[in-house]
Amino acid sequence: MENESAVFFSRVLTELTLSFHIIYATIGVGVPLMIMIAQWVGIKKNDEHYILLARRWARGFVITVAVGVVTGTAIGLQLSLLWPNFMQLAGNVIALPLFMETFAFFFEAIFLGIYLYTWDRFENQKKHLLLLIPVAIGASMSAVFITIVNAFMNAPQGFDVVDGQLVNIQPILAMLNPAMPTKVAHVVVTAYMTAAFVLAAIAAFKMLKGSNHVYHKKALFLLMKVGLVFAIASAIIGDFSAKYLVEYQPEKLAAAEWHFETEKNAPLILFGVTDGEEVKYAIKVPYALSFLAHSNPTAEVIGLNEFPEDETPPLYIHYLFDTMVMIGMFMVLVSAAYVLGKIRGWSFVSTKWFRRVIVAGGPLSIIAIEAGWWLAEVGRQPWILRKYMKVAEAATTSDHVDIMLILFCGLYIILGVGSVVVLRRMFRHNPIEQEIEDRKAEKGGDFS
Amino acid sequence: MTLEILGISVLWMFLLGYLIIGSIDFGAGFFNAYGVLTGRQHILTNIIQRYLSPVWEVTNVFLVFFFVGVVGFFPKTAFYYGTTLLVPASIAIILLAIRGSYYAFESYGSRGHKGYSFMYGAAGLLIPASLSVVLTISEGGFVSMVNGNPVLDYHALFTSPLTWSIVVLAIAAVLYISAVFLTWYADKAGDRKATKLLRKYALIWAGPLAISVIGIMFELSKHNVEHFNRMIDIAWMFGLSAIMFVITVWFIWKQQHYSWALGLLVGQFALAFFAYGISHYPYLLYPYLTIYDSFTNPAMATALVVAFVLGLLLLIPSIYLLLKLFLFNKDYIRGKKDHHA
Repeated sequence: MENESAVFFSRVLTELTLSFHIIYATIGVGVPLMIMIAQWVGIKKNDEHYILLARRWARGFVITVAVGVVTGTAIGLQLSLLWPNFMQLAGNVIALPLFMETFAFFFEAIFLGIYLYTWDRFENQKKHLLLLIPVAIGASMSAVFITIVNAFMNAPQGFDVVDGQLVNIQPILAMLNPAMPTKVAHVVVTAYMTAAFVLAAIAAFKMLKGSNHVYHKKALFLLMKVGLVFAIASAIIGDFSAKYLVEYQPEKLAAAEWHFETEKNAPLILFGVTDGEEVKYAIKVPYALSFLAHSNPTAEVIGLNEFPEDETPPLYIHYLFDTMVMIGMFMVLVSAAYVLGKIRGWSFVSTKWFRRVIVAGGPLSIIAIEAGWWLAEVGRQPWILRKYMKVAEAATTSDHVDIMLILFCGLYIILGVGSVVVLRRMFRHNPIEQEIEDRKAEKGGDFS
Repeated sequence: MTLEILGISVLWMFLLGYLIIGSIDFGAGFFNAYGVLTGRQHILTNIIQRYLSPVWEVTNVFLVFFFVGVVGFFPKTAFYYGTTLLVPASIAIILLAIRGSYYAFESYGSRGHKGYSFMYGAAGLLIPASLSVVLTISEGGFVSMVNGNPVLDYHALFTSPLTWSIVVLAIAAVLYISAVFLTWYADKAGDRKATKLLRKYALIWAGPLAISVIGIMFELSKHNVEHFNRMIDIAWMFGLSAIMFVITVWFIWKQQHYSWALGLLVGQFALAFFAYGISHYPYLLYPYLTIYDSFTNPAMATALVVAFVLGLLLLIPSIYLLLKLFLFNKDYIRGKKDHHA
């Protein structure tokens, strides 16, 4: 017995919760690393500005963590509430990483509390830095484990089905599924990249608003360097992900690339619109898809027509693919230009328009994260457990999912608006100039 | 001991952990809001903020740990409870979300916002009420199978006196646990005004707690005889728990041995909670689901137990550090050192 409206609303509600959660979760994974780097640079250079940078980021971080934690709790429970049949089946094979994720989360929560409330307790700043390591590790590890669960849904393994029963279950093998390495690496690295560009956007924004303090300049340069490294890493791992898809999920790549016929010398399609199988207004890069897939411009690439129609994902994922890749490339260029410009002394990187570009980079990176996740998730439609269970079989049979959707919509509006208002108020009432003055008065030390 | 029993015991322990530290949190929010309403906020706010700020996130993890653990060890619970709990659990999530985030907004963003305090206080009472519905459902009689899928009978649920006795118990327990803990904490801080006020709250809420427990026993004897009889079999555990309760109230009444009172409080709830769990055995959802037919496969069970042991090796020293820094550190509690970011 399926309840069609429950299936539809469960999908919408899950998408809504995850789309909202990943904004905060991405920041939650990336920012502790940035705080750690700033704290470390501050200690190494003996420069109070970087320590202050770490402190101010940490303060804002608490607000985003709070929203991340509560929406994470929501999706954690919704998995069982909205997809009981899926959890019942998959729980037998994939409970281990889910369980480990809560340990990582536990670990992070404990040390974040300690870190936040011991700012001046230790004479030695290095001790304080040590507290950040478990926070950053916990944050990244929870991303790793939860992504393993997601990778399993894309490439289930570690069990056999005999007469409808799961047998020969191997939890570790399920974790080490083929989708895991690229997925985990891409998620973690793009989270670092996004966090760097979001914080850079804030620094650039402050400079645009006329604050010419050296603090912002130091922050921006540091973040753009870090961002550049992770943006390049994201692109490289993204390429590996495409090669994974060729091997294990060809229908996802074919749909994302609008590649219908199996052929050699396959071109890469950028932009455009589809009308059935007809692609209009697109840029075709000859041989590029073959090269992307097999590192060989004349290799054969499997097309979408090879798959049964009820097992292929919707074609709109191509737009998501374009969005993600274009933003990624753009951010590599922007950060490379900035870092090189700073080193070589090019003046355009300090102009207003370039700063505006950096400011745009923050939200753009978040959009890329969203687009990437939608691509990954919609790209495995109609499966919830690829080749084993379809989405429609997994959903709850309960009524009332539509009302819950409305309630959660309200919740996310409240949380979204609330977090933005509080964050703005927090930093507007206490600008960096003010805080440096306060610190001077407190410590009597020499600040510049 | 079989893996099934080990699994459920460990999870039950974490649920007990959540019951205690969650209650402290929920009750604190309520007392804080009540303080704002009656203009006595200045007495309690400092004490409450100082305890809650570094640990609120950890409190949340206990709950996450429990439900992830249950689905891990007993995957079939996802099917039965997931389907039936959609509405009550969603409401609890929404309340928890508003509460958790607005706590952070209030204490780190804009201190002293009245609207936030009220939301925080009200949510703190509604959450235990919505979560305790699970206990009622687990007694059976509210879920029926339609076309092979469990369906919750809301009418039966909301008109059952058992439901309401459990709700009253949950709220009274939250306020009582919280008041006893905070009395101890305020006393440690040397804050006499707060101690006095909180002591009064502890004594006030001891009454409803005792009455609701008796009420539930009565309701259960009619609703689920099998369960009730099993409870009678281990009546000594409940009896011991009741004695601990009486001594706790006595110490608080006499304004002495607050540390003992806190220890006995934990003992009282631990005993009663485990006695309740043992008497519920072997059912997770009466009469459809037992811990045996819902247990995961042996390979996953072993993997989970190994992960659990390794995880605890990491967690226990960390929790010890947290307690040492914020719960058993006199300077911190007294507010001499409050070095937050």
